[in-house]
Amino acid sequence: MEAFTTYSGHAVPLRRSNVDTDQIIPAVWLKQVSRTGFDKGLFSAWREDPDFVLNRPQYDGAGILVAGPDFGTGSSREHAVWALQQYGFRVVIAPRFGDIFRNNSTKMGLLPVILTAEQVEALQSAVENDPALDITVDLEKREVRWGTEAASFEIDDYTRWRLLEGLDDIGLTLRHAEAINEFEKTRNPLLPTAA
Amino acid sequence: MGRTLAEKVYDAHVVRRAEGEPDLLYIDLHLVHEVTSPQAFDGLRMAGRQVRRPDLTIATEDHNVPTTDLLKPIADPVSRTQVETLRKNCSDFGVRLHPMGDDGQGIVHVIGPQLGLTQPGMTVVCGDSHTSTHGAFGALAFGIGTSEVEHVLATQTLPQVQPKTMAVTVNGTLPGGVTAKDLILAIIARIGTGGGQGHIIEYRGEAVRSLSMEGRMTVCNMSIEAGARAGMIAPDETTFEYLKGRPHAPSGADWDEAVEYWTSLRTDDDAVFDREVVIDAAELTPFVTWGTNPGQGLPLAGSVPDPASIGDPVKRQNAERALEYMGLTAGTPLREIAVDTVFVGSCTNGRIEDLRAVAGVLEGRKVAGGVRMLVVPGSMKVKKQAEEEGLDAVISASGAEWREAGCSMCLAMNPDKLAPGERSASTSNRNFEGRQGPGGRTHLVSPAVAAATAVTGRLAAPADL
Repeated sequence: MEAFTTYSGHAVPLRRSNVDTDQIIPAVWLKQVSRTGFDKGLFSAWREDPDFVLNRPQYDGAGILVAGPDFGTGSSREHAVWALQQYGFRVVIAPRFGDIFRNNSTKMGLLPVILTAEQVEALQSAVENDPALDITVDLEKREVRWGTEAASFEIDDYTRWRLLEGLDDIGLTLRHAEAINEFEKTRNPLLPTAA
Repeated sequence: MGRTLAEKVYDAHVVRRAEGEPDLLYIDLHLVHEVTSPQAFDGLRMAGRQVRRPDLTIATEDHNVPTTDLLKPIADPVSRTQVETLRKNCSDFGVRLHPMGDDGQGIVHVIGPQLGLTQPGMTVVCGDSHTSTHGAFGALAFGIGTSEVEHVLATQTLPQVQPKTMAVTVNGTLPGGVTAKDLILAIIARIGTGGGQGHIIEYRGEAVRSLSMEGRMTVCNMSIEAGARAGMIAPDETTFEYLKGRPHAPSGADWDEAVEYWTSLRTDDDAVFDREVVIDAAELTPFVTWGTNPGQGLPLAGSVPDPASIGDPVKRQNAERALEYMGLTAGTPLREIAVDTVFVGSCTNGRIEDLRAVAGVLEGRKVAGGVRMLVVPGSMKVKKQAEEEGLDAVISASGAEWREAGCSMCLAMNPDKLAPGERSASTSNRNFEGRQGPGGRTHLVSPAVAAATAVTGRLAAPADL
């Protein structure tokens, strides 16, 4: 996983709530068997509208998506995270996320930042007034900064450490292989197997 | 202090617990399908890893499979490649697979319970958000992403932060004509699409206890639509009755021992939930959605809401957008909404009782002119049973199409889809924009409402016929 420490750059305001993962990446894109090429599928239905915010040139190259509540609800498709990352996003800021999307993001190094609805609204307005507004997302300090504003966000210590170090979960778990072996010895033999 | 059902199952699977770290949770059953697994198997190959417990892993082909011409190769080359990739991966890593054409094939959440592989007290995961279905058995079951699929394949465990608990208690008895689907749609409308976020919901109360296993699966299936991590129902005689005699269920003395353990899997009287919601079953009626998320639902007797009457600005804006996408006008009675297509199927409502409900309504009736109705069994076993009961004959005689098993028009990854602007009444689980095909418009309904709607051509309940 790619490490995340600090990102400084521009943002795109997405003034929509309940952005489900079917919108982030429609099902037709899920037929791919590789991990690449999903940037073209990002919001592909909405991007057909020339006025859609991602189509506006003033937001070209932005690495932060600022969205309404319940971003990433619905399907478990990790392709939604891959699509956002491959398009160029490093951070998504929203008042609330779907659990599975948020989990998938932290596995891949896309930082989900929860701010209050008021802070999100303020940031969206600031970006709309000045698309070139410089924004810094600082995971070390758990803080988003823009202009004279600063908003702190919560993230648990363990996830933060894993993101800062760019550590792969499987490698971490395999350090405890002996504990897994021991647990397996205690499993009820009545439990079913698919074999 | 006592523990909830969710806490009992969770605690029994903790491999390792350390201060400041997530718990490491053991996974008893890993279900795999073709869409969310190819990159996970690739990851194993690149790292030189094996599947740790192929005997606790089972795969099926469901999302991409066509529901006609099963014996021909899949026409869409991209879908075909994905299905062939699953076959190669299962063969390379020693995972049991039920491919297209096999009589054990079906939607991943239909075949687990059907085989008796889903049992009370187990942990079950799958790269699919509707894994919550299996919670109907008192299992802790939840959807995961592809990175986690790879993690479970490699280690048979998952790092987890223990979710909070939430009780949804449904008191009283469901009125006649009100089904499990109406109940869960009403629950989601009540608590919202983020209402269960971070929680495991336990469904309790007389109305839940009275549901069949299949009704309970419908309820737990849509827990994710309320944002919950999982949904659970404590196992009881209904559960044991359903499991007894299934291929992977225990038998003989083992059965008695298993039932004794399963009976202990209930929330203690003095346990405390982090959140509680109480619903009066007597107030419920057939329920349908009008918008583009599953929380935007109303009783069928209602009318399309006026966004101007919604106080919360985010919800108001969401409703305005939804009405525009759905091509609906505020104030229109829901019963006046005409549909082009009716879809019966999916992991929510593709089981035998659902098909019986549909055939019960269609018997002696015809699908309205200009309406296309697809009936897609959740598995090949469900299809076979329905045919033995003669349901297919009733369904076909009404003018509906009787198809092969798969996910089909629930998410339109196969050829079954809505055309832009087309409107469906669907027994599936998501009414998101474009879910059933780009530009398609979806109203979520129960199987009984789907069948009645097919007959009248407008949203309707059997009582309207």
